[in-house]
Amino acid sequence: MTVGIELEEVGKRFGECEALSAVSAHIKSGEVTGLVGPDGAGKTTLMRIMAALMTPTSGRARVAGADVQDDAAGVHSLIGYMPQRFGLYEDLSVRQNLNLYADLRGLGEAQRRASHDRLLEFTGLAPFTGRLAGALSGGMKQKLGLACAMLAAPRVLLLDEPSVGVDPVSRRELWRMVGELAGDGMTVVWSTAYLDEAERCDEVLLLNHGRLIYSGQPAQLTATLAGRSYLVTDIQGDRRRLLTQVLELEGVRDGVIQGAALRLVLAGAGPSNALRNLLADYRAKLQAAPPRFEDAFVDLLGGGPGGLSVLAEKMDDVTGTGEITVRCRQLSKRFGRFTAADSVSFAVRRGEIFGLLGPNGAGKSTTFKMLCGLLKPSAGSAEVVGLDLRHAAPAAKRQLGYMAQKFSLFGLLSVRQNLDFFSGVYGLQGEQRQRRIEEMSEFFDLSPYLGQSPELLPLGFKQRLALACALMHRPQVLFLDEPTSGVDPITRREFWTHITGLVQRGVTVMVTTHFMDEAEYCDRVALVNRARLMALDTPDALKARVASPQLPNPTMEDAFVHLVAAENVLPDAEVAA
Amino acid sequence: MNGRRLRAMIRKEAWQAMRDPSTLLATFLFPPLLLFLFAYGVSLDVKDVRIGLVLESDGPHARELAAAYQATPWLEVKPVRHGKQLERDLVTGKLAAYVVIPQDFDAAMESSLRAAQVQIITDGSQPNSANFTASYARGVFGNWLAQQGDGAAAPRIQLQQRFWFNPELESRQVLAPGAIAMVMTMIGTILTAMVIAREWERGTMEALLATPASITEVLLSKLLPYFVLGMLAILACAFCVVVIFSVPLRGSLAMLLLTGAIFLIPALGQGLFISTLFRSQFDAGEVALLTSFLPAIMLSGFVFEIESMPQPVQWLTHVIPARYFIEALQTVFLVGDSWRSLWPDLLALLLLGGLLFALTFAKSQIRLD
Amino acid sequence: MRSPLGFTIAREFVSMARDPGMRRMLLAAPLLQVLVFSYAATMEVQNVKLAVINQDSGRWSRELVLRLEAAAFVDQVIHAPSTTALADLIERRQVLLAVHFQPDFSRRIEAGQSGPVQLLFDGRRANAGQIVFSYIRNIAAGLQMELAATGAGPPPAALVRHWFNPNLEYRWFLVPALVATLAMVPTMLISALGVARDRELGTFDQLVVSPVTTLDIILSKLLPAVFAGMLSGLMVFLLAIFAFRINFHGGPLTLLLLFFSQLTFVFTLSGLGLTISAACNTQQQALLGLFFLTIPMMITSGFLTPVENMPVFLQYLAELNPLKHFLVIVLGSFFKDMSAAEFFSNLWPMLLISVLSVSIAAQIVRWRVQ
Repeated sequence: MTVGIELEEVGKRFGECEALSAVSAHIKSGEVTGLVGPDGAGKTTLMRIMAALMTPTSGRARVAGADVQDDAAGVHSLIGYMPQRFGLYEDLSVRQNLNLYADLRGLGEAQRRASHDRLLEFTGLAPFTGRLAGALSGGMKQKLGLACAMLAAPRVLLLDEPSVGVDPVSRRELWRMVGELAGDGMTVVWSTAYLDEAERCDEVLLLNHGRLIYSGQPAQLTATLAGRSYLVTDIQGDRRRLLTQVLELEGVRDGVIQGAALRLVLAGAGPSNALRNLLADYRAKLQAAPPRFEDAFVDLLGGGPGGLSVLAEKMDDVTGTGEITVRCRQLSKRFGRFTAADSVSFAVRRGEIFGLLGPNGAGKSTTFKMLCGLLKPSAGSAEVVGLDLRHAAPAAKRQLGYMAQKFSLFGLLSVRQNLDFFSGVYGLQGEQRQRRIEEMSEFFDLSPYLGQSPELLPLGFKQRLALACALMHRPQVLFLDEPTSGVDPITRREFWTHITGLVQRGVTVMVTTHFMDEAEYCDRVALVNRARLMALDTPDALKARVASPQLPNPTMEDAFVHLVAAENVLPDAEVAA
Repeated sequence: MNGRRLRAMIRKEAWQAMRDPSTLLATFLFPPLLLFLFAYGVSLDVKDVRIGLVLESDGPHARELAAAYQATPWLEVKPVRHGKQLERDLVTGKLAAYVVIPQDFDAAMESSLRAAQVQIITDGSQPNSANFTASYARGVFGNWLAQQGDGAAAPRIQLQQRFWFNPELESRQVLAPGAIAMVMTMIGTILTAMVIAREWERGTMEALLATPASITEVLLSKLLPYFVLGMLAILACAFCVVVIFSVPLRGSLAMLLLTGAIFLIPALGQGLFISTLFRSQFDAGEVALLTSFLPAIMLSGFVFEIESMPQPVQWLTHVIPARYFIEALQTVFLVGDSWRSLWPDLLALLLLGGLLFALTFAKSQIRLD
Repeated sequence: MRSPLGFTIAREFVSMARDPGMRRMLLAAPLLQVLVFSYAATMEVQNVKLAVINQDSGRWSRELVLRLEAAAFVDQVIHAPSTTALADLIERRQVLLAVHFQPDFSRRIEAGQSGPVQLLFDGRRANAGQIVFSYIRNIAAGLQMELAATGAGPPPAALVRHWFNPNLEYRWFLVPALVATLAMVPTMLISALGVARDRELGTFDQLVVSPVTTLDIILSKLLPAVFAGMLSGLMVFLLAIFAFRINFHGGPLTLLLLFFSQLTFVFTLSGLGLTISAACNTQQQALLGLFFLTIPMMITSGFLTPVENMPVFLQYLAELNPLKHFLVIVLGSFFKDMSAAEFFSNLWPMLLISVLSVSIAAQIVRWRVQ
């Protein structure tokens, strides 16, 4: 096996900040190498150095033999690169995008035709060659981006978080495509925040604070966790409260909700008596479970965050009348002749976490937007705490909090001014407003950053600020639109600690997500496919639906893929914008 | 440099430009609109000026002079007996000026002791019109005087004005080149600055830079399509100017195109330079507007005479490409292919263009850090 | 106590204050432009170079040339040896005009006949040529009157008085006019790019889900633009009075009316800008839209050349131009006794346009929220 990329003591400084320090690794060709690590670990910087878009401040990097510093042009002719914000021209058609990159890579006519046909078939984009890239769904865009990056059969393929915002079905397809390429001898580097993807890589490089803390096969890292992963099942009572308590115990490194069960990672010594006693209170069973890469990742980075959310701890209960907080009846949306949502009806109970899942472009976002008042329905009604969004919009909107995918904070305002603004817009006044702002800065440790622009904050703090802004007015319902897209597992856990805390305070949470482990946190999940509500049930029930002799223990992702595939022959292909 | 890559990127740029209707509007609808507005809206040809006439005397001389004023082709005279009413009209802007022929006018004309006087009162809040009207009204009086002088006609200085290259003295003939410069500045500098900034803003620049395409190719691929758009715009402009506004094109079409092509070098260079300094569309657009478009109107000499500006401002006009372009265009349209008149302008444009490109390449970052 | 609206607006202002691009545009740009343009944009013609061919050896041509040499607008008089040299001088832009005396000029004058003087102008500089022609006509008319009275007694004269601006200083016109025109750029830029920018950044959604209404959003986009326009206008106004020492003729009432008119004017502009913004998808389109609107407004306003010189149909079109009306108001309040009625006759068209444009913008924004 030959070496695809050699990194020797690669370092990179931006002014005072050391983004990478002395990273050395040999990335093999013919394999998929995962690049993982928390936010700010230096993944994108390393990617850009390997793509010869940045020069390292120290050390050397050779990509397929070409030095990134001395021979940038040589590197560029050998690699395919897909940046985080995919480099597609949204105002060009699929074929035009492909042609552009084919020409840039100097593909001959015959070669180009062969490779186009192969890639179009490969990506399932063949029926859409005339469509504008901007009109494709998120998953299709990523596939097109990938197709453009690998047009000329590059020796090295660098993919910077190619699967962010992509639904599980499309994600599997992307993975399959890349896997086949690596099989042909290509060097593939895939940076990702999804650790189930990392687990499937041949090798992983794990970065933290600019340092390489692990490199090798994922299974080897996972193996270090043998005997430390457990599953808590048959919980009588509130599993979220249990998780909160468990995470505060000594010897518990990490814990997440998995449907009705909990998944725990314990420190070396095995279950402590305190844990056993606590579980006994809930009459829950503890059983050993095979470790996952994510368990090892979190453990290596020092364990997950504690289970207590200061926010939820100190916040008053959110009260309101009525058992149902969000309800929609026959909700439909048409754009011209295209129906994006078709007669969707459901009701969400107070204090529930309700997940809205579905393939890209299948109507999930449209439904979500109608529920929080971003889109007006063409037919049907949507209510928040009994108030119709169409007729009592301002009153209804005062009862809901909204956190957008990109944490739409106002970049030109300071953190403090963002808090000021959101509290003011939701009608908080005087002393109460001051108190809320102070509370939020305290709960979320935002105080040191108050004067800064949110754009300069670390991602985790950005997310906290966005959540703080959405909660300032104590909404009864919180809408989260892909809240942890592209966010690393540690930050994600902290976020969900707050969310589970809030639910215990009576807040109803509506969430859309492509992370299937996030779906596991939900009480119920609505699966939207082809503009219709396809299934609505608890995560465990959905998983049970697809269980078969071949697949006795399906994951949430299995459930998603199978349920969607059962309805669509070509799941992503029907999608239109 | 690789021809095929360059072609591909240029094709891409052309597709994008064609996809966005606003680019095409800017190229093909804006020129005739601007030309039209400049041709008719900006006019220094004072015609049909409304002036008032206060005839305080009934004497024969006074009446004759009044008749002389009324017979003047460009003046629209409104005669009254008393001045009060006209004062009001002057304030509201209904009149540009009024002439008073005083009560003792006839007496003074006959007398050898007193000088005959008329008063000309103008609305100085419009200094330019005021100056024109006053000089015109004085001229009428002077000519009338010359025809007096019992029997032996007084000698007259007869000013014969001739405008070379522009005998009908139409503003539009000299303003048309200015309008062309506006259009070309907009396409060459502002659009170019914004499309490159957009590429940074949307992250597609990163993908382009990771391909074998070199920075030179990337930048050239941005410039050439806008160069072609600029050349199309100058053709569209020339068509409108010649066919619709019947301004002569005394020089050759080839010379016109050459002039346009040479102007596009500094114009594109400036757009490129701005986009390497400012990577957001808002900033790039704002800076391009302030540094290219406004100076092209105010400091290029096409409305306001450069020689009349204070020395420091005159120095400033030397770095404004539109200044040379407008001069050259005026020559090509009105004089012809006059090399001795053209070469200083073309050389200046080339020098400015070279400077801007040198600055850009010195500043341009091939990498992201 | 502030309403959600108050915060939405405050947010826009704070953003504006923290944006360096905005600060540049609001504070530095107007100052710089006033300085440069007030000196550059002048319709007076100065530093003129002219060529003379004098084939006449008599007294009168010498007299006229002496007077030309002494005139304030003349920088240099070049004595050209031949007509070919003269053609060359004009073609190479060395001189603006040539003055040609025939051999018999003085003889004809002394004989009581008319003496022709040829003035040959560079037609490429027709504007300057016309202005200089009027200067020369003035000089000739002065000489003419002296000639007419060669007999006895004082020569007849035309006394010229320029009201409101006795020395016809072009700056007196230009700087007050800049109060109006310089306010235009920031106002239109902020209002036109505002919504398009928010939409591209995704923060527009954040406003839509909060309890603010469409009207709140519109006001929060309008007011910063209005503020920017008022600020620029005020800066130029103060410069006009204190730096350029231009007399403000009106009293406190005029000042008040002027303030109100400026408010109406920038409000109208913001409404137009917002309409563009709401209708466009991208910032680039918004910027081009801005051009399509601003340049015709500049041209038909009377800022460059008087509205009266335009063809009649353009004059009608100019009635729809808020800048034209506001220019009349600004110049009027600086130099004349404008009555309240005159203010209002120029105010109501602006009010009408502002109401129309804001309603259209509101309708488009509402439609976009769907």
